[in-house]
Amino acid sequence: MGTVNLSLSQPSMRDDLSRYMRRAENGSDSFEVSVKGARCANCIAKIEKGVAAIPGVENVRLNLSTGKLLVVSQGVAPQKILQRVQDIGYEAQPFEAADTLNADEVEGQFLLRCLAVSGFATVFVMGLVEGIWYGPDMADSTRQLFFGLAGAVAVPASLYAGQPFFRSAWRGLVARSVNMDIPISLAVLLALGLSIYQAGSHGAHTYFDAAVMLVFLLLIGRYLDFRLRDRARGAARHLLTLQSLLVRRRTAAGDMETVAAKEVAPGDQLLVATGDRIPVNGVIEDHGTELDLSLVTGEILPQRVDVGSPVQAGTIVIGQAVALRATAAVENSLVADLARLLEAGQQSRSTYVRLADRAAALYVPVVFSLSFFALIGWLVAGAPLSQAVTNAIAVLIITCPCALGLAVPAVQIVATERLFKRGVFVKSGDALERLAEIDTVIFDKTGTLTEGMPVLLNAQSLPPGILERAARIARASRHPLARAIAAAAGDGPVAADVRETAGAGLETGTGHDVERLGSASWCDALERDYQLWYRRGMEPPIGFHLQDRLRPDSVALVRSLASRGLKVEMLSGDNADNVRAMAQEVGIASWFAGITPQQKAVRLQVLREQGSRVLMVGDGINDAAAMALAHVSIAPGTATDISQRASDMVLRGNALSPVVEAFDVARKARRLVLVNFALAAAYNLTAIPLAAMGYVTPLIAAATMAGSSLLVVLNALRLAGGRSP
Amino acid sequence: MNGMALIIASALLVGLGALALLLWALRSKQYEDLDGAAARILLDDD
Repeated sequence: MGTVNLSLSQPSMRDDLSRYMRRAENGSDSFEVSVKGARCANCIAKIEKGVAAIPGVENVRLNLSTGKLLVVSQGVAPQKILQRVQDIGYEAQPFEAADTLNADEVEGQFLLRCLAVSGFATVFVMGLVEGIWYGPDMADSTRQLFFGLAGAVAVPASLYAGQPFFRSAWRGLVARSVNMDIPISLAVLLALGLSIYQAGSHGAHTYFDAAVMLVFLLLIGRYLDFRLRDRARGAARHLLTLQSLLVRRRTAAGDMETVAAKEVAPGDQLLVATGDRIPVNGVIEDHGTELDLSLVTGEILPQRVDVGSPVQAGTIVIGQAVALRATAAVENSLVADLARLLEAGQQSRSTYVRLADRAAALYVPVVFSLSFFALIGWLVAGAPLSQAVTNAIAVLIITCPCALGLAVPAVQIVATERLFKRGVFVKSGDALERLAEIDTVIFDKTGTLTEGMPVLLNAQSLPPGILERAARIARASRHPLARAIAAAAGDGPVAADVRETAGAGLETGTGHDVERLGSASWCDALERDYQLWYRRGMEPPIGFHLQDRLRPDSVALVRSLASRGLKVEMLSGDNADNVRAMAQEVGIASWFAGITPQQKAVRLQVLREQGSRVLMVGDGINDAAAMALAHVSIAPGTATDISQRASDMVLRGNALSPVVEAFDVARKARRLVLVNFALAAAYNLTAIPLAAMGYVTPLIAAATMAGSSLLVVLNALRLAGGRSP
Repeated sequence: MNGMALIIASALLVGLGALALLLWALRSKQYEDLDGAAARILLDDD
């Protein structure tokens, strides 16, 4: 296949990748590789065995969950490892470990430890206090012993495991902002204090069990939320790694060196191999070639460029490898401009207030005033101070938002998990909330609704045998049109000695047996209606009709979105004729053709100002800015890195139909979250009056707390069912 | 009374033991790659 061409783009043995290596004290080097596409036991075996076979490699471990391969070796060149993984058949990039990575890991581990400690304490303390509840005739000394034991476990456990809440509450206080953790921390600390006082003064009730259970249940919600965010960050990190692509630059001495794209300066001479993306804007220096512009403009047919032509970053070289002189640094390239637009869009999106935060803003003042009123009420009614305080604290404890803290993360984790199984990768927790609110869907055309590559359309009307003859030649080329022919014919033999003339076509054989495949002028064809021609000797040329076509599920997708009451629109950089034809075929009435990336962003801005909430589905570099401005965005798995980065969700695989599934799940998740809020509110409405009036015993507190949490989680699990919504 | 002290003490010990086990498993990174652990059981070591 094209491995010979490709090898130019792989880092060679002399390139400097040592900055990705970390040297341990014992002298061994560790090197992390981000591997794409490893999903099964077989992949682990193949990759680990393959890499371990390199002499000098000491230890190889592939983490299937994160796709990271850790290689510990004695001075093995990183290139060798990358090359080996690529030879085995997986995409590999050196992994630039960010500093925040370890902080995340530490946070996750700490949450898990807290969860374990509070879980243990909850079970143990519940066992003790249950004995007290069911043994009213227990001797006073025994009860004191039980309280003492419960306190001895519950106090240190809650103080340790409650740290995530205490810290966040403290940060909130310092920043003078109210967050949910302030009432939580207060409830835990007051419950502990009250219980110590009660146990010391031979009282009948302690709330040790309530304190640890509160911490335990809330930590479950907190950990689920962390997992969700961690996965989202992981996705962003992975894409960032892919972004830091390497380029080959000629040094002053004439050697080639591999550097990160961001180090390229104007005036540098770069070598871009066939199949590689041009990293920065530049001018071609050595000879003409062909470029694939589809990711930038949406045009699928390759464009011919000559020496001296300016080329845009983001386009892909599909002809001969070229040398180019950079005219701009990466920061000034189109890609970087779009990245900036993208960042701006994401900032405007970060003002989105998540449902849970909206609930918290409502919740905190209500709880505090209720507790305060309970205190005042009891004092006015003439109760002693200790009783009034006890009841006020009971209100705080019983309203503590166990169910509320679980309501959102439980639903979101079940929903993202379900979508993950169906091939939708959700990159941020609130993406589902935003997806549930949309009223308009905007599609890009090329590569999103369509396959994004030419497909042979007139295979039926060709003379017999022609397709196979043309395919014998086409299989030798990487040109998109040739590949379309090869794909239509399937696997088969390759003609010997195929010569390729860039911008014209392919040729094989000599004299009267010469066969040509290529442009109209290459095959001396007079008609211009076909995109590719085949000619044998002096026989008349035969035309192939090659066009982009809709993905198989596009029409059904548009129909089902419309049937859900959503407006559907199409934006494309392609010309009006093509766009109109596609729009008719797929059933979209509203479309815009021939528009630039900036105009796409403007269209999104206009819709936003009209109050529409837009889902943008796009794949190209030209969609990224628009996607960042949309209320929520989805990129197909074939999309460019930059739009995958801009999007909130990425589809795996080739089908578009998961878009509908994602929308349905998002709607359903929102409904479940609201139901969960209602359940939590109903529980509070019954529990608060009881607590305020002093009827709440620790037994009732424990039962309602656990009961409502269980109810909320079970409600969330309804979403996990195998049935399609 | 003696029996109760025994029961409570042993319950505490068993519970703490389980907790220690879990913390050890966490520390030795057994929860780092759950997908990988599920897949590795299918591999033959040779």
